[in-house]
Amino acid sequence: MTDLEGQLRNPLIPAYDPQALTAGLAERAEASRLLDVAYAELDSPIGELIVFVTPRGLLRVKYADEPIESVLADVATRVSPRILRAPSRTDAVRRELDGYFSLRRRRFDLPIDWSLVRGFAGGVLRQTARIPFGDVRSYGQVAAEAGSPRAARAAGNALGSNPIPIVVPCHRVLHANGSLGGYSGGLDRKRYLLALEGSLPKRD
Amino acid sequence: MPRTVSPTVHLPPFQRLVDDHAAELHRFLVASVGSIDAQDCLQETFLSALRAYPRLRHAGNLRAWLYTIAQRKATDAVRSRIRHRAGDIEAVAEGRLAGEPHPVPDDGLWRSVRELPAKQRAAVVHRYVFDLAYREVGERMGISEEAARQNVNAGLRRLRMEVDR
Repeated sequence: MTDLEGQLRNPLIPAYDPQALTAGLAERAEASRLLDVAYAELDSPIGELIVFVTPRGLLRVKYADEPIESVLADVATRVSPRILRAPSRTDAVRRELDGYFSLRRRRFDLPIDWSLVRGFAGGVLRQTARIPFGDVRSYGQVAAEAGSPRAARAAGNALGSNPIPIVVPCHRVLHANGSLGGYSGGLDRKRYLLALEGSLPKRD
Repeated sequence: MPRTVSPTVHLPPFQRLVDDHAAELHRFLVASVGSIDAQDCLQETFLSALRAYPRLRHAGNLRAWLYTIAQRKATDAVRSRIRHRAGDIEAVAEGRLAGEPHPVPDDGLWRSVRELPAKQRAAVVHRYVFDLAYREVGERMGISEEAARQNVNAGLRRLRMEVDR
């Protein structure tokens, strides 16, 4: 090895600052309309949430148990692969969720991006989005409001695949007999949210 | 927002490319253009990649693709430095650059590396800064092993002439 090659092998290279890159990149990407999906983590009383937003609105709310890689892959395939972690883009969602969990806010004013929802499920979830704080519905009622009174089971499936839990309040849909039914985020979270809103059925 | 997803290619979320490759691309760019311009070149690289990303036809070698873009951004930065060198000298004379951070690596040798033709510069950086075999240099640059070897050797010859001068 020549002396020249030896010198080339040992450059002193300063450490790289990932924060500076990410912040600057997200800002420039957004200014150039290249940021189709931004996401960021936020804390909540029911565990860490990761929220995804597009220029249209809130696209996805992920609970801690769902693997981030599969959610990212799904969003990349179904919406756009132009995805960056960009906390500044999720400020509005963070504010409204903080307000909700501290009972300062009883309804969300966030625009929703329904891109991940199709067909009958879309109707069910749009109806669900209108159930007010502190109120509950049965699966059959929600199915009827979505135009298919006998599709309670299908409504249950639609709610189980709700991409935007909490903000689209699928936790407000219960069995007609007052039992809790299911919840994609686990029944403990459903109980917590209903208790927060003062509408947890007595025997639960 | 345009929905530009091709149904056949499954591209990873772009953030994954940033997480996986930003640190090595930064190293490549510091060696190629110096530390002052590297941060900006890195942003430019990812911004260009993000622009073209949904139109990619295959997700096979995203790393080589990113290096190709970084190499182009490095060339742009070096050209613009050379264009502005006269201005720099005046600025130094007026003491305006005195407070700038010390660019590393910036000694005579690395200055000469920066001024190599683009492919020779990239090949030399991959070969020595990353300590890669010629086959790997070729893979990162999207050229053959033999072409990689030729570019490294041509770059070394030129550097030797510069250093001996």
